[in-house]
Amino acid sequence: MALALSDHSSIVTITPPPSRRRRFVVSKIGRIGGISLIATYLSIIVVIPVTALVLHGIGFGISTNGAGPALWRWSWHLSPMVFIHALQLPGAVHAIGLSLWLSLLVAFINCVMGLAIAWVLVRDEFPGKRILDGFIDLPFALPTIVAGVVFVFLYGPASPLHVDLFETWIGLMVALLFVTIPFSVRAVQPVLEHLDRADEEAALTLGAGPVRRYLTVVLPSLAPAALAGFGLAFARAIGEFGSIALISGGVARTTPGSAYVFMLTGSFQWAQAAAVSTALLLLSLVVLITSSVASRRISKRLGS
Amino acid sequence: MAILLNRVTKSYGSRRVVDDVTTSIDDGSLTVILGPSGSGKSTLLRLIAGLETLDSGTVAIDGQDVTFQDVRDRNIGFCFQHYAPFRHMTVAKNVGFGLKVRKQSRADIDRRVGELLEIVRLSDKANRYPSQLSGGERQRMALARALAIEPRVLLLDEPFGALDAQVRVELRSWLRDFHHRIPVTTIMVTHDQQEAMEVADQLIIMAEGAIQQTGDPRHIYASPSNEFVQGFLGPITNFGGVPVRPHDLEIRGANAPGEHAVVTAIQNFGFEVRVDLRTEHDTSCWVQLSTREAETLSLSVGDAVTVSVRHEPALMI
Ligand SMILES: Nc1ncnc2c1ncn2[C@@H]1O[C@H](COP(=O)(O)OP(=O)(O)O)[C@@H](O)[C@H]1O
Repeated sequence: MALALSDHSSIVTITPPPSRRRRFVVSKIGRIGGISLIATYLSIIVVIPVTALVLHGIGFGISTNGAGPALWRWSWHLSPMVFIHALQLPGAVHAIGLSLWLSLLVAFINCVMGLAIAWVLVRDEFPGKRILDGFIDLPFALPTIVAGVVFVFLYGPASPLHVDLFETWIGLMVALLFVTIPFSVRAVQPVLEHLDRADEEAALTLGAGPVRRYLTVVLPSLAPAALAGFGLAFARAIGEFGSIALISGGVARTTPGSAYVFMLTGSFQWAQAAAVSTALLLLSLVVLITSSVASRRISKRLGS
Repeated sequence: MAILLNRVTKSYGSRRVVDDVTTSIDDGSLTVILGPSGSGKSTLLRLIAGLETLDSGTVAIDGQDVTFQDVRDRNIGFCFQHYAPFRHMTVAKNVGFGLKVRKQSRADIDRRVGELLEIVRLSDKANRYPSQLSGGERQRMALARALAIEPRVLLLDEPFGALDAQVRVELRSWLRDFHHRIPVTTIMVTHDQQEAMEVADQLIIMAEGAIQQTGDPRHIYASPSNEFVQGFLGPITNFGGVPVRPHDLEIRGANAPGEHAVVTAIQNFGFEVRVDLRTEHDTSCWVQLSTREAETLSLSVGDAVTVSVRHEPALMI
């Protein structure tokens, strides 16, 4: 038996060089090809548009000096004042500020609610659980402008429920809570499903009550996922337009950043629109990066 | 503290996982519940802890009926197969958790944690996180955590099941030693016969939710009450229509008294030798010899020998 084994391994070591090398080269080419494909795809879909937006936003432009298409006659200019000026437009700072605090608030509320909903969906058994679970994804499926129409109908001036949230920040908040809830729930749900119940049982045998078990054992394990969900919900909220466009009523007081940008494009103020968009994008990035760094730190501490 | 189980029964759906179990566990003993996987051992342990509720029967600890007592009030130390560490807490915080729940003072907690870490030999790792420990260290931490609350009984659910062979063996003897020093009533669940034999001073054999035999491990090994127990605890062979341990048979020269037989196969495992025989009544059996015995006999296939039951059955574990 031992002999057979060593025979086998010697065959393996003698034959491979050429074929293994070829396979190595092929796999390397394959990998480079794969990476280039993905890079190209992402460039077209994400990188180029975003770059164009930001460049436009900070006043980067390309022009041809004088006549002729010759490449060397082209020049570029950067006018950061466009960015500053755009932010000085009446209502711009207010709109961005409104977007920021509303999105933070919405992300926070849904972070908490998402934890609660995920808990119920994972840990409780009740009739209609599957249906409720399916409902969570509905805001993904519904065109947001449709949601906007529904909100104005339900919570607008002609509300059948006699709840008029038209042109109020609460109206905006309700719309944003609706569109971001799937992120908050789906971020923590799978983690909760795979949580080892023994951790909680260990705390239980040591005498910990339900609140302490949740806060000291369950929550820390969910924290990375909840933080990631917070980041996603925030980014989604700050970028959301469709569902709030109608209920905001186009009044300056309740016009968040995205709606403000839409207004600017309506009056063909492209550069200003790009500038405000860039500011919103930056805020999104800051929150997304912060939450994902925090999330990773905690995960690392938790290990495996 | 002694534990009394009286007609304990538990079903999942229509399946009786623990079926009318009645037994007692001595104060200060190290009792091992042994059985094949799925026999209901863990469920029985969890019923004692209060992590599952009984369908019927009673559980008493130290003369007190705890059947309907909340887990938190039972004061039981429980260790899980996968250690269940609190991963965001340091080793010291893990061990002190139960004391913190009991609102003990910071100084008392620190002192007790220090002592326990000493006992489980983790003093130098007090400020590590569980992810920075090996499996064996994690289980020792879990043990210290369970002991911190000075439990009335200590329950270990397959505590070494997730460890590699060498660490398992180390921890077994460490556990024996440890129990000797801190003789808290301990019940350990395992499906590993060798582990059970090595650790237990009381053995409970379970199969299909019911207790098959209880008692001193050596006694059970030597006189199993039924064929399941006999087969489960070690190899058996058939000699003269009776099941016996293959190391309780003896091979001698063809002229010695005993049943005549012919060697049909010899397998050398290094530490022992298995000899297959065909007897004069045309039945087959096999004998387990030590390597030394085999060398003395220097058997080869086709040899004529005699087989008989050893006069003093050897207790090989
Ligand atoms: N919570 C549960 N729900 C349903 N069936 C269970 C549950 N816990 C254990 N069982 C079943 O009960 C049987 C005994 O399980 P267990 O006590 O874990 O056995 P052992 O510890 O001996 O391996 C198994 O068949 C298992 O599938």
